[in-house]
Amino acid sequence: MKFGVVVFPGSNCDHDAYHVISKHVGQPVDFIWHRDTDLSSYDAVIIPGGFSYGDYLRAGALARFSPVMNSIRQFATEGKLVLGICNGFQILCEASLLPGALIRNRDLHFICEHVNVRVESTNTPFTHELKRGSILRMPIAHAEGNYVCDDATLAELQREDRIIFRYCTADGRVTDESNPNGARDNIAGICSRERNVMGLMPHPERASEDLLGSSDGRDVFSSLAGTLAAVA
Amino acid sequence: MKAKVYVTLKPSVLDPQGKAIKHSVELLGYNGISDIRQGKYFEIAIDGSLNEEQAREAATRMAKEVLSNPIIEDFRVDIEK
Repeated sequence: MKFGVVVFPGSNCDHDAYHVISKHVGQPVDFIWHRDTDLSSYDAVIIPGGFSYGDYLRAGALARFSPVMNSIRQFATEGKLVLGICNGFQILCEASLLPGALIRNRDLHFICEHVNVRVESTNTPFTHELKRGSILRMPIAHAEGNYVCDDATLAELQREDRIIFRYCTADGRVTDESNPNGARDNIAGICSRERNVMGLMPHPERASEDLLGSSDGRDVFSSLAGTLAAVA
Repeated sequence: MKAKVYVTLKPSVLDPQGKAIKHSVELLGYNGISDIRQGKYFEIAIDGSLNEEQAREAATRMAKEVLSNPIIEDFRVDIEK
């Protein structure tokens, strides 16, 4: 199995993702420059956090037009796994690979802190090693993490069990106070209808070592690797 | 010729920036303001190879594909000769 981490101008969590895959998951991983279009050697692609194109126009809006994105669209259509973290989630929404959009945080601040999220679905290639209802502590670092979508989309996400993570209190209650950015229905992460594309605002790659305060995020990557191992 | 594109948040989408601006304006003593919504404005210079209709068509497509996100935003295109 082989992982790719996409690098846009302005990506800044690419090395963190690379580090977790190579060191903790123990699998081969390459950086993929955003102008590259050949993804044929990869089984999973991570779109990392950062500020692609300086967040100009809208967060993720210009990255969507990078050459690699056409290949990622094709890659996703083939059922291969795509994980978007933070700016990666924003890019996947702008590219319509995930529904909805991420707008300015409710309170306007750039929020950089650890938050709690509840695992709402383990029925994805990224979360099957997690326990439904368990609480993960992971950092967020964003100014545009306020997930919005229309009523029909929200109903569809709920009906199809596609809300994967929701912001919650330390004891797992989904409340307005535990919602850091105003995201609709406390949504922190969702997946595509085919379940092979997932985006989330929290950073599991920055919560993969106890030294960093939490290793809760590591299960996301080991789920991913477990899925690929089972397919191989 | 210029194409002017105005991108605004849909009325249903919360605009925290507009809210903060309204708050500041009110602190300065401006009264009678019920709401401020922030948007974006683009000026696109058109060279002589496009006529007005083509310029409008191109700017509209651009607005749809790039300048706005149809999930959260509306846009309007004006052509100035």
